[in-house]
Amino acid sequence: MAGRAATTSIFNNSEFRAILYQLIMASLLIYLGWSIVENTIANMEARDIRAGFGFLDETAGFSIMMSLVPYEPGDTYGRVFLVGLLNTLLVAGIGVVLATMVGFLVGIMRLSQNWVVSRLATIYVEIFRNVPLLLQILFWYTAVLKPLPGPRQVFERNTEIYFGISNRGITVPEFIFLENFSFTTWTALLGILFTIGIHRWAKQRQATTGEQFPVFFAGLGLIIGLPILVFLLSGVPVEFTPAKMGRFNLAGGITIIPEFLAVLLSLVLYTASFIAEIVRAGIQAVNYGQTEASRALGLRNGTTLKLVIIPQAMRIIIPPLTSQYLNLTKNTSLAAAIAYPDLVATFAGTALNQNGQALETLAITMTVYLSLSLLTSAFMNWFNSRVKLVER
Amino acid sequence: MSNPRSVFFVRKEFISARQAPASTIGVLGWIRNNLFSTPFNSLMTVALGGLGVWLIWGALDWLIFNAVWAGGNEACKVNPDGACWTFISTRFDQFVYGFYEKPERWRVDLILLVLFTGVFWSGWERAPARKWVGGFMLIPFPLIAWVVLYGGIFGLPVVETSQWGGFTLTLVVSLIGIIVSLPLGILLALGRRSNMPIIHSTCLFFIEFWRGVPLITVLFMAAYVLPLFFPTGLNFDQLLRALIGFALFAAAYMAEVVRGGLQSLNKGQYEAADSLGLSYWKSMRLIILPQALKAVIPGIVNTFIGLFKDTTLVLIIGLLDLLGMVHAAIADPNWSIRSVPTTGYAFVAITFFIFCYGMSRYSRFVEEKLNTGHKR
Repeated sequence: MAGRAATTSIFNNSEFRAILYQLIMASLLIYLGWSIVENTIANMEARDIRAGFGFLDETAGFSIMMSLVPYEPGDTYGRVFLVGLLNTLLVAGIGVVLATMVGFLVGIMRLSQNWVVSRLATIYVEIFRNVPLLLQILFWYTAVLKPLPGPRQVFERNTEIYFGISNRGITVPEFIFLENFSFTTWTALLGILFTIGIHRWAKQRQATTGEQFPVFFAGLGLIIGLPILVFLLSGVPVEFTPAKMGRFNLAGGITIIPEFLAVLLSLVLYTASFIAEIVRAGIQAVNYGQTEASRALGLRNGTTLKLVIIPQAMRIIIPPLTSQYLNLTKNTSLAAAIAYPDLVATFAGTALNQNGQALETLAITMTVYLSLSLLTSAFMNWFNSRVKLVER
Repeated sequence: MSNPRSVFFVRKEFISARQAPASTIGVLGWIRNNLFSTPFNSLMTVALGGLGVWLIWGALDWLIFNAVWAGGNEACKVNPDGACWTFISTRFDQFVYGFYEKPERWRVDLILLVLFTGVFWSGWERAPARKWVGGFMLIPFPLIAWVVLYGGIFGLPVVETSQWGGFTLTLVVSLIGIIVSLPLGILLALGRRSNMPIIHSTCLFFIEFWRGVPLITVLFMAAYVLPLFFPTGLNFDQLLRALIGFALFAAAYMAEVVRGGLQSLNKGQYEAADSLGLSYWKSMRLIILPQALKAVIPGIVNTFIGLFKDTTLVLIIGLLDLLGMVHAAIADPNWSIRSVPTTGYAFVAITFFIFCYGMSRYSRFVEEKLNTGHKR
């Protein structure tokens, strides 16, 4: 035995093996990367595809039905990218807010003691999360919004339209804010600042004296009530221009296109069903002893919920909620199926088909989604560390 | 003088307990406690209950009572206010087989039969030779299925993948995604927890990249860019490229689920495996993974459900799965009737609902069965 100890192979040394494995892995990766680059260059030369991002300055030449910034067919592919990105962000931003609201509502409804309420919420959740999102988008668009009657059947000629639904979407008047409107904006901003101040003061006072102050109603008055008063006093500085029905078509006003409505509606309903489950699980995970303890302290139901249950449930809810927000943002790309002009439909769709710069276009698109994902998760991690209970 | 004690009343026998008031027990009590306990609750019951009844009645009326079950498009034109099921039955073969050649459709039937038998067999806990059937379904079956569907040997004529479609294609894409993603996801999760920096960072980058981009861009990449990556002359067909993209995407999601299971394990389990002198792979196979995977069965099944629903996205790159077939059939001018689009989508929705709901129920069942009391 003594003689064999010296012959122990170097391959039995775990450090040496770790280095060996990593060397093999690294050389495989380098080989793979190198061969992909070489093949790509060879293939692009063979197919006569230019490389590089120069195409971003070329004229796009197609029109886009909805854009938040001025856009016309003479603009560049770079502009198309911006239009698509803003449309994606718009639907994702509104979608996140609405889905959170619907999701929390349904999640709390599922926990209701009322059998009818909890059963309805369960049916909603089971139906919407077990049906593919793409199917829901196509359904709302092709089966519900598109077959609506056209503007000529809905509206009479030469009438002004304050609110109308047709197969062109929802038509509302256009708002133009006049100069005096700035008073209202400033009042609202001041109201927010004051509310933050009152909130701090009230918290401190409650901590020292135990007296409470109705911060919520004070804030409501300052942020909403006061600006409305100023708005009315400064002479209603808003001009409505309702849409007008012409001979064939609508003119003026703002029309929210059905593509946008279909995408938003399905994203909200689909994501809300997942958020509802997360909220329900989060609230149920808080030990019932916590509720009993706070009842024993004499807190009312609402206060128990606000001060005891929700802060603890949020710790459990936030991480999965973050991934739902990320999913919603990524799922906005399904809008391409019904040609809502988001990033994928315009930039990685129409533009790509025109200029054939698949590699560059898709690399840019993927980078955008990747950075959106990383930004959202960074923000939610920050928020999570804020609401996390400080443990001793 | 009578005995004064005789006027005292002494109860000799107990009277039996009376029933609780009718309004607090039974159906009435339940209704009172659950539906009308407070004025607000009563209002909710009436308002939401009314809404629910109205919706459910409307749906049943449209789907069943007022539906057109036979008679072709003429019958649906006469009654456009109910589901047009005759549209589905006319096109049913197309929805199941796509454009698979008619005389060869028995091959699809055979594979579907083996698939469903195998899945139920390995899912039924008291079935004999369950493990063998499960193993067969996991590894040899997908290969056999591909060979049988594609043909080219044993005298079977070749059926190009461009002719595959409908529900068959949905199953092919989702099964390949599921079967490839599980082992690959386990490897990635182990790699991400490795101490070796190069392996750790490679796996980390791989997982975060695929999880950060939408599936559509992955499928676009597979459709347009992947051919550029291979040496000139080597070319895969459209379906295979989509499958590669889908499987890699699925693996990244699976890796995160498995990592959750690995992290939930007590450190003592790793140390115990080490102290028994087991090698890395042995300790993973015998000690760590059985526990870790068991802990995340619900997560794994949820990922499967998500992948199954995501297969519908292949229609965006022009592969006609079940949804794609129905979506294309709706555009047929012979069937441009008001009830047809909704009927088509309802058909797809019901199909997906049955599969997804079934899977989630089964996972709930397995979870309860495997619960060995370590649950916190």
